[in-house]
This record gives sequence, structure tokens and C-alpha cells, in this order.
Amino acid sequence: MAAASKAAISSSAVLGSISTLNNPSLLKMSYYFTILSPTDTPLFNIAFGTSKGGGDGIARFRFPETAQYMNQFIIHSSLDILEEAQWTNGGMYLKHIDTYPPAAAYISAFLTPSGARFLLLHQPPNLPSSTSSSSGLGSSSLLGTAGSTTRASSSSIAANPTSPQTEEAVRQFMNEVYENYVKTAMSPFYKQGMEIKSPVFRTRVTAAGKKWL
Amino acid sequence: MAAPPRHATMQSISNGGIVPGTDRQQTQQTQAQLSQQSPGLRVPSNRKTIYDRHLNRSRNTELSRASFAFLFGEMVTYAQRRVTGIQDLEKRLNEQGYPLGLRLLDLLFYRSTSTSSSALSSSSTSSSPPNRPLRIITLLHLIHGPLWRLLFGRAADALEHSVSPDTPNEYMITDNDPMVNTYISAPRDMSMLNCAAYVAGIIEGVCDGCGFETKVSAHNQPTELWPSRTVFLVRFGDPVMEREKVLERAGVK
Repeated sequence: MAAASKAAISSSAVLGSISTLNNPSLLKMSYYFTILSPTDTPLFNIAFGTSKGGGDGIARFRFPETAQYMNQFIIHSSLDILEEAQWTNGGMYLKHIDTYPPAAAYISAFLTPSGARFLLLHQPPNLPSSTSSSSGLGSSSLLGTAGSTTRASSSSIAANPTSPQTEEAVRQFMNEVYENYVKTAMSPFYKQGMEIKSPVFRTRVTAAGKKWL
Repeated sequence: MAAPPRHATMQSISNGGIVPGTDRQQTQQTQAQLSQQSPGLRVPSNRKTIYDRHLNRSRNTELSRASFAFLFGEMVTYAQRRVTGIQDLEKRLNEQGYPLGLRLLDLLFYRSTSTSSSALSSSSTSSSPPNRPLRIITLLHLIHGPLWRLLFGRAADALEHSVSPDTPNEYMITDNDPMVNTYISAPRDMSMLNCAAYVAGIIEGVCDGCGFETKVSAHNQPTELWPSRTVFLVRFGDPVMEREKVLERAGVK
């Protein structure tokens, strides 16, 4: 609860007076992205938050600071489902594959042909009441300004983690990370299964997150 | 107050100390400066890292065959210096090809998604990105067609399934004139050797990357017309064959 209220304060400061109508803290998702090798070794991970629609790009998970390992726990527990889905769906982007209801966490997966797994956990912020996408969209339509339409599109990503818009945004994000992953893999000094330490790669992933999520 | 340490350094110099104290301090300082500028990363002078280069840039460029022949000749020599026999040599060549196969797989898919042409998909479903191969046949078609074209600029010459009922897990990919063997003539006492074991390693890497456990070997099968005809024998592991049956029953293509 403390984290959620902090989010509301900081983002309302960014957005100004309009935000009081359409509480933007409801729209900010938190993301945890990880790359796993074919033998389940973690190669890369990063946590970030929504940057669209005035988001500050900082992740605010529902767990207290001391329990951030919960993200890893949830994301790794979806590997079983991923390995089943892997042989029924030939696409590289497998969309939303798993949900962890206690934390309202959704997990999307992307498989590279050479077997590396990209997993993205997205978690909506802790809602104070039963407000959901319908209320967010309703209030933005009341505003009817140009600023609110952009926020409405980003709210559809944030408020409904299984909507087609979200799937498309995540797909774009995954494709961009894939491009950079291939560049990493093509380096003669990189062997499959090695941790990706390049700061440039990290910057690229952060930029992709800002661009699409 | 500063006298005793200076004296100590003087002594260490006179005793044949390797690095004088002042010099050591300087090197430490310069190292610290360097690490501040670029923590663990060397950026080229034009500020372009590998992440700034486009993966499709060299898509249609061709490499010099002469330099490839020279490089490959050196690779064979390098491998031969450390082996006991022909089998060992072929194993080493195979191991050199394996990581290349893993890389090519990602590059192949990247290039075919970004251009979204029908270069990769044998079923020529353009616009949509190609699928990962789930069944043996799709995988072998991927190797026979797109992979061979990426490597050698043409498709392989034949793709066959073993006719023997004892070995349903064996498939054969034939290349009538493998490019890697063009400039290699094995001595008489090594007539069994086929340096295309390197290509076999690449195939193995591709199969393994896709999740198909495989052993691939290269065999000489000369004909009148094609003296360096090579057959790549692809042997899938038992778990793969079991999964293949399950997937067939489930109707996965």
C-alpha cells in the first residue's frame, strides 16, 4: 500500500491537475524481464515500469523490497508451461502463457529458435478498490482531450494484460530484444549459455521497454 | 615522516624490485581512469558497437572463396596437430562447426522475420514470421533449403529417409560437391577422412538448437559424375523419436 500511494504522488506531480480525474497510478505496470538459456541458466534480467503516458519507468512490485525474489520465483515456475506450449505452437512469440493470481502477475514468453527463453512478467499496480479498465477508460472519455487519448491507449496496455494491444506491444518489445540478442550471440566472444553482461545490451533493452511498454 | 617508506622503496629497487613504488601508483591511477571511462567495455574509436550494426548489412554480400579455402585449410591443420586418428580429427572438426550452427539458426530466423520474405519458409507463407520447426521433416527441410542457401548459396542436392526398418531415425542429406572439400585432397592413407565433418557439426548445432538431439556424420560416397559427393547421416536420438510420435498423434505440423 505504501508503494502504491508513493506512485500516485510522484506521477500526479508529473501529469499535473488532469491526473486527479483519471488517477494515473492505476495505469502503471511493473515489468520483470529475464532471459534464460536452454539449460535454465539466467542470462540477463531487468526490472522496469511503464514509461508511456507519463510513467516514470520505475518498477513498483507488490512485494516488499525484501521479497523481490518472488518475481524470479513466479517467472521460473512458468517454465513447465512454457515447455509444454513450446511443442504445440511453432511461433517464436508464445503470447501470454501463465498467470499467477495471488500476485496478479502475467507472464508472456518468447522463444528463440536456438532455445533461449525470454520471459516477461507484468504486474498491474495494487488497486485500492475494484477499479479496472472500464473505469479508467470511462473517465478518459469524459475528458475528451488530446492528452487523454494517448493516455487511454496506454491505459489499455496497462489495465488489461491480456488484451490484443498488450500482446502486440509485448511482441514488439520481444522482437526488439531478439534483434539485440542475435547481435550478442553473433559475437565470437560469446558462447551460448554465457551471462550477457554488456552495458550496451542493457541500455538497448531499457530503451525497448520505454518504447513499447 | 615520509622518509622510512621512501627508504624502503629505494631498498626494494636496489634489491632488484620489479616495480618501483611511484610507477606502480601511476599505473594504478591510469587504470582507475580507464575503468571510469569504460567499465569493462572497449568502445571502438568510431563509437559503433556491435549493437549499432545492422544484421542484414552483409545479407547479400559474398565472401572470397580463396580466403575461405585458406582459413578452412588452416583449421584442418590446426585440428590435425592435436589428434590421434581420423575419427578424432573428424570429431574436432565437428566440434568447431557446432557453435556456428547454433548462431546461424538465430541469424537465419532473424533475417527471415525482418524481411518477412518467403526466403525461409518452405511452405511459402510470406508475411507471417516463420515458425520454429517442431517436426523432423520441417527441420530437415530448413537445413536442406534455407540453411544451405545461407552457407553455400544453393540448396543441398538430396534429402532421404533411411529405407531400413531397423533405423527409422536416420536421415540423409546429400551434397554432390561440398564447398568445404573443393580444395582438399586427402592423402591415400587417410582416404576415409571427410573434412565436411565441419559441416556435419554445423547441422548438429542447428538440430540441437531446435531441441532435436542428434548425431551427424559426413561420409564419402563418390560417383562417376561427382567424385567428392558427400552424404550427411543425421541420426536422431530416441527421445526425439518418441516426441515425434506424440506430436504426430496430436496432429502438430
